[in-house]
Amino acid sequence: MKNIQKNQEGVSVSAAPPGYEGPGFFATSLDKVVGLARKNSIWPLPFATSCCGIEFMATMASTYDLGRFGSERLSFSPRQADLLMVMGTIAKKMGPVLRQVYEQMAEPRWVLSVGACASSGGIFDSYPVLQGIDHIIPVDVYVPGCPPRPEQILEGIMNIQRLIQNESLRRRHSPEYKALLASYGIE
Amino acid sequence: MKPTIEDISSALKEKFGDGILAQEQQFDFPVFIIDKKIITAVFRFLYDDENFQFRYLTTICGIHNPAIEKPFALMYQVHSLVHNIRLRFKSFATKDDLEFDTLIPVFSAANWMEREAFDFYGFTFKGHPKMVRILNVEDMDYHPMRKEYPVEDETRYDKDDTFFGREPAGYKKLI
Repeated sequence: MKNIQKNQEGVSVSAAPPGYEGPGFFATSLDKVVGLARKNSIWPLPFATSCCGIEFMATMASTYDLGRFGSERLSFSPRQADLLMVMGTIAKKMGPVLRQVYEQMAEPRWVLSVGACASSGGIFDSYPVLQGIDHIIPVDVYVPGCPPRPEQILEGIMNIQRLIQNESLRRRHSPEYKALLASYGIE
Repeated sequence: MKPTIEDISSALKEKFGDGILAQEQQFDFPVFIIDKKIITAVFRFLYDDENFQFRYLTTICGIHNPAIEKPFALMYQVHSLVHNIRLRFKSFATKDDLEFDTLIPVFSAANWMEREAFDFYGFTFKGHPKMVRILNVEDMDYHPMRKEYPVEDETRYDKDDTFFGREPAGYKKLI
């Protein structure tokens, strides 16, 4: 809870990043401000193909309320989405579709692989099932479980938030990132 | 009047003679073993005959049983909705002889079912307008439901068994 401050009405707001504060001014570096804004306004694209998608619906609903993390606005177009949430078994025939969705997303973009099937093929050790989506697109965070409970999906989202807050704003220009995408044959 | 199984059987034998190879009863299902050359004619006859009216094709399935002389078979099930009678037909073939006549002129529903049988078993259908895979990826180069592959796919590179303790060699011993 150390990053959360409560004001007098009991509404939680994100803590200010480290910086210099004085009467009438506050100075910090731009990437910290942008990281703070980005991590609390993720627009997820739910790619739900099976039971993990049902758990995601519970995650979005009032009990678990993904809106607390600034992600209540789902984007059903990849062009406006920040986070691709892959939830469920991906058949090999679905692979090119998933890859096209990923390619349509604009930078910066992140991928959350929810559940055993999306992460590794899960129990479907079989010829029609893709044995993990990281064979076709890069993945930032994996959530284990079959299916994972909403708390675990929230934990995955929070890990994505940590990535977003801490990584360089110019991640996509870094040689590592370019090499990663090149290894998947993207761009 | 609702026809009995005997009525249907005698009508088929009268019309097709030696084409009807055998008849048996499996639980509540009458099963006819028929020659693959007469499949379309048999279903056309059962469809058009006013006493029978078998006008609903329930399913078409492929069968591969390597233990028997003709290991491949197609199984058809038809339903007479008027009389509430269901029939099953099987037609056996060897591996070199997997071309069947299409059933689309009688039942349009056969289109996708025959594509599925092609996809999973490699049956081909003469006269089918689009004989390509329907469920599996298009560049697959084998027919996965045939009983001719090892239990564990030995070409797989993407399963790390370190954490599961499975040893594919152990499966080989069982076979």
